[in-house]
Amino acid sequence: MNLSATDLCLTVDGVDHLKDVSATFVPGRLHAVIGRTMAGKTTLLRVLAGLQGVDSGALTRQGADFLKTPVWRRDTAMVYQQFINYPHLDVFDNVAFPLKRAGLARDEIRRRVTDSLARVGLADFERRKPSQLSGGQQQRVALARALARGTGILLLDEPLANLDYKLREQLRDEFRTLFSDQGDTVVIYTTTEPAEAMMLGDVVLVMHEGRILQTGSPQEVFERPATTTVASIINDPPMNIFTGRIGSGQVTVAGFQATHVSAHLADLPDGTYRFGLRATDVGLASAGVEGEVTFVEISGSETFVHVAVGETPFVVQIEGIHDVALGDLVKLRLRPERLFAFDEEGTLQRTPSYDLTSVEGR
Amino acid sequence: MRSRLYPVFKYTMIALWACFVAGPFFWAMTTSFKDVNGVQGGATYLPWLQYEPTVVGWRNIFGGAGGVDVMRPFFNSAVVTVAASAVSLVLGSLAAYALSRYRFKLGFIKNSDIVFFFVSQRIMPPVVLVIPFFYLLQWTGLLDTVLGLVIVTVALLLPIAVWVMVDFFNGIPREIDEMAMLDGCGPFQTFVRAILPNSLPGLTVAAMFCVVFGWNDFFFAFRLTFTEVQTLPQAVVALNSSIPPWWTLSAAALFGVAPLILLALRVERYLSKGNLSGAVR
Repeated sequence: MNLSATDLCLTVDGVDHLKDVSATFVPGRLHAVIGRTMAGKTTLLRVLAGLQGVDSGALTRQGADFLKTPVWRRDTAMVYQQFINYPHLDVFDNVAFPLKRAGLARDEIRRRVTDSLARVGLADFERRKPSQLSGGQQQRVALARALARGTGILLLDEPLANLDYKLREQLRDEFRTLFSDQGDTVVIYTTTEPAEAMMLGDVVLVMHEGRILQTGSPQEVFERPATTTVASIINDPPMNIFTGRIGSGQVTVAGFQATHVSAHLADLPDGTYRFGLRATDVGLASAGVEGEVTFVEISGSETFVHVAVGETPFVVQIEGIHDVALGDLVKLRLRPERLFAFDEEGTLQRTPSYDLTSVEGR
Repeated sequence: MRSRLYPVFKYTMIALWACFVAGPFFWAMTTSFKDVNGVQGGATYLPWLQYEPTVVGWRNIFGGAGGVDVMRPFFNSAVVTVAASAVSLVLGSLAAYALSRYRFKLGFIKNSDIVFFFVSQRIMPPVVLVIPFFYLLQWTGLLDTVLGLVIVTVALLLPIAVWVMVDFFNGIPREIDEMAMLDGCGPFQTFVRAILPNSLPGLTVAAMFCVVFGWNDFFFAFRLTFTEVQTLPQAVVALNSSIPPWWTLSAAALFGVAPLILLALRVERYLSKGNLSGAVR
């Protein structure tokens, strides 16, 4: 029942949309594909759905060549980013459409449509046209249609991206319940938001420039990002990535004494490294790495201070509202025990171990 | 910026245009209720006051003595127009859907070239086409038959249908096709169940163009039919003898445009509502 992709490649106009993409999608699990825009997430879904061909590679399901199966026989449902529904059909008929095509009995269709509309909270909207619904409701209709069929594969292409913030959070929470019992369905969900991937995914696949950079459980990917790129994609705000030197027990960044070398980095030979540090693990202090404030975002409960240290941008996330002006010179305190160390190519070397925090505190 | 005179100017222009458009109809209408005396008395417009209205013209076109029977030509025109429009709409939407959704390539010929090829049929002067059509129909024995005229009319209307529908289908998001396929529809089912039901505005415009062009065609009917089959425009022109019976001619002409006026009134609902926005861009 697995859906297996092997070395899928697709190049369009010299740009790699998919590059050696290999992955195994397992029934009953939700696979969250996270990546920035243009990372190839949508292309991957379209290939899995059969809407897009590939240059090379293989796709198999239950041992059969899935690439040769036409779209309408792939037993696949898809929810698009842009709430796509049949404009001429009302909500009920929209959800019933695939069921009718599948030749189900009338009573069964009615039962399933009613059931799945209730699941997405649209029970009273059966006779409305999609155009009479809000964006969030339209997306629920699309979702209900995808769920009602009980297909073997369910693809969701950034289903929350075009919704406003409040609705996005609400639907995301509902998704946890909706997808908690997917039985034999392979669920693949793409997103640009780390929080969505972490909350919903049983498995997280990190995509960048057509490649899958890392596959693993949310915890694994979050705590052990394989490369600097993964680290930056999987964190919001993106993890601060900067070059520094380890030498005589000290970490030096841009010529400043940044911090001492914490225990988890102690066995690394002296030399130049790429470091990663989450925005929450950088603070403003009276001594440390000096930089100039380039931008300040205040969300209310938090303040995001963007600081340029030479050419390297930092984001500092601090609680509460802070009065920092553009152009101010500030000093950054880096929490030594939270440093991720990568080699100069960006491959992970050392990761902070969270139970070390208490040791450091002493 | 806009002066207070603007509304005055606007409505004056509209009134002038309305007169310009409605004038000939009014002229034909008054003439159709005249007889020899009414017509020869110079330009008169007001019945009872300036001339004595009679229905002799109208009686003539429905088989009255000394007139013609327009019912047979009317019927021929209706059959040719409806049949040719229907065939053009069916074939035209199929072709247009294919041209809108699939990519064709034959050497240097691509989709846009094929669309242009269709439209170019209407750019060409009809005179160029009528001779080959004549020989084709002669060769197939369809000269002077309703079927022959239907086939030729399809050739005239198909480009319009294709042109309007390609544009319309291009405006329907591809995602709807894709979703229909994911929902279990093959290519043809996708077209019939997901796209066509959403194409009513486009089909309406295409149908309107087809019917108007088909109904108004005089030239091809005139050249390709003779005695057996006569369409309404031919019948009207045939009345134009050395001393034209203007009242009969006017009645026949009005009778001829009546269906189009009724059609326009029905379709106007769509036009004024803006339901066709995106249908013809």
